[in-house]
Amino acid sequence: MIDDRGRGLVREYFWFALVLLVLLMGSAAHAAASTLLNVSYDPTREFYDDYNKAFAAYWKGKTGDIVSVNQSHGGSGKQARSVIEGLEADVVTLALAYDIDALAAQGGLIPAGWQGRLPNNSAPYTSTIVFLVRKGNPKNIHDWGDLARPAVSVITPSPKTSGGARWNYLAAWAWALKQPGGNDASAEGFVKKLYHNVPVLDSGARGATVTFVERGIGDVLLAWENEAILAIKESGPARFDIVAPSVSIVAEPPVAVVDQNVDQHGTRKVAEEYLKYLYSRQGQELAAKHFYRPRDPAVAAQYAAQFANIPQLVTIDAVFGGWTRAQATHFADHGTFDKIYGQ
Amino acid sequence: MATPVAAVEINKRTRRLLPRRVLPGFGLTLGYTMVYLSLLVLIPLSAVFVRSLGSGWGHFWEVVTAPRVIASLRLSFGASLLAALINVVFGLIVAWVLVRNTFPFKRLVDAMVDLPFALPTAVAGIALTALYAPTGWLGRWLQSLGLQVAFTPLGIVVALTFIGLPFVVRTLQPVLEDLDREVEQAAATLGASGLQAFARVILPALWPALLTGFALAFARAVGEYGSVIFIAGNMPMKSEIAPLLIVTKLEQYDYAGATAIAVVMLVLSFAVMFGINALQHWALSRHGGR
Repeated sequence: MIDDRGRGLVREYFWFALVLLVLLMGSAAHAAASTLLNVSYDPTREFYDDYNKAFAAYWKGKTGDIVSVNQSHGGSGKQARSVIEGLEADVVTLALAYDIDALAAQGGLIPAGWQGRLPNNSAPYTSTIVFLVRKGNPKNIHDWGDLARPAVSVITPSPKTSGGARWNYLAAWAWALKQPGGNDASAEGFVKKLYHNVPVLDSGARGATVTFVERGIGDVLLAWENEAILAIKESGPARFDIVAPSVSIVAEPPVAVVDQNVDQHGTRKVAEEYLKYLYSRQGQELAAKHFYRPRDPAVAAQYAAQFANIPQLVTIDAVFGGWTRAQATHFADHGTFDKIYGQ
Repeated sequence: MATPVAAVEINKRTRRLLPRRVLPGFGLTLGYTMVYLSLLVLIPLSAVFVRSLGSGWGHFWEVVTAPRVIASLRLSFGASLLAALINVVFGLIVAWVLVRNTFPFKRLVDAMVDLPFALPTAVAGIALTALYAPTGWLGRWLQSLGLQVAFTPLGIVVALTFIGLPFVVRTLQPVLEDLDREVEQAAATLGASGLQAFARVILPALWPALLTGFALAFARAVGEYGSVIFIAGNMPMKSEIAPLLIVTKLEQYDYAGATAIAVVMLVLSFAVMFGINALQHWALSRHGGR
């Protein structure tokens, strides 16, 4: 009898071990399926929807592993704060380097030199600032100078609350600098005049677009090129035109792997590959299809027709000495923007 | 007049005395209340205070005395007070009609009062802006009269009145329902005119509830962000509410600055609430006969 029970026990152990083995193998197979969280800003929603599918297919073909990417969208600054406060983003894809700099400066989540880790300042696609005007351009707006004319009403969000709108402000400043005899003082005077023509300072780009498109307020909306093209596509070409100014700025929305989080999740390899693939032919084409300007010259040539022809495109590094300096000079408290409103 | 008032009086007194004598566990419930309040209110708020002093008193003072911050605080509290006052007057009328009158679709109208509670504030803001913008249905007419609502402080008052209405109506309704019609009838038989009966008999009974409704509507308005941000226009020094400046500071990763403004708002709100409570106490002791 004891023998019988002993045999029963052995059998039980055998089954137990077998089940355990199956479970282990199952979880090993499971480990090859990984999840990434991409914390991004507002207008990239549709682009990353497409890109995530393309990347998952590429990754499966290359490694046989399954990767699914979750997205989070919101205002760029708010998104960065969420990550600093513990949102476990594997990668961030934001509107300006200043917000990713904050991950390094405030949270210590990434090293300070993050922008050098990927080509092109870690910005795989770019955009620029253009004017969206009402059909037929009734106010005859052709360049930045026209925006400071007395009877012109300009819609742009507050650069204090909207990261994207800081590019608008800097583009206007850059144009003024490039005028004959232009210097910081003349640029400040010009930007001041421009913002005196702004009747509403929305807190974000979405709000400003609604004010201009839906409310019918203002003669010109300063917008990222990709959002301007999208606004025309969505509302029909009968309502708005895009005007390309003579000078604009290269808006670089950068991307970065959040080191501390990927090391914790064990997702560094796939996260890095996720960002690198943005620079591939397919990644670049998807960006172009969503009206971001691709970095790849071949893809750029292929999609050149859809973009505005702007004779002079300047970069923030060349004209403003990078984001840290631009932020401190223009957008911090008591900076040039505050001076416009008498502070 | 004497019997019902006296009955109410006795009722009130016994109700006030009952818990202390009959129900056990006073210590336990008090302890529970203190722990619950601490966890939910005091600890988060003290975190705000601690964080606001993250870079010292000097910075705190510099932030809260900046002209732009002062202008925004003045606007936030001024518009909230105005909106709460408007709600007290018109909310009383709404509550009165809902309690005293019967009319078709009354339940529907009654339910509508709660809508500002339920609507996401951003949606409310967008809807109000669409209505009052210079191109909107109402805004177009007002504009031709020379009155711009959206993108001015007036627009802020409109939004804050909208979100505050249910607080006044819902605090007044039960009190009005409890109010005996016989009291008014007695006043009438004693020769009081309609206005006199309202001012001397009804209003005194409503004071505490009116003040509570006012306080709630005001408190809600001070903290409001979502609906205001769309209709305000957000021009510095002119139509910028204090919560927007907090967001602006956060956008610059200036946590100490943001919490400094928050602390000032907290202290001011607490002072106003404390004042209202004191007023309520006074009103009760004067009219309620406590």
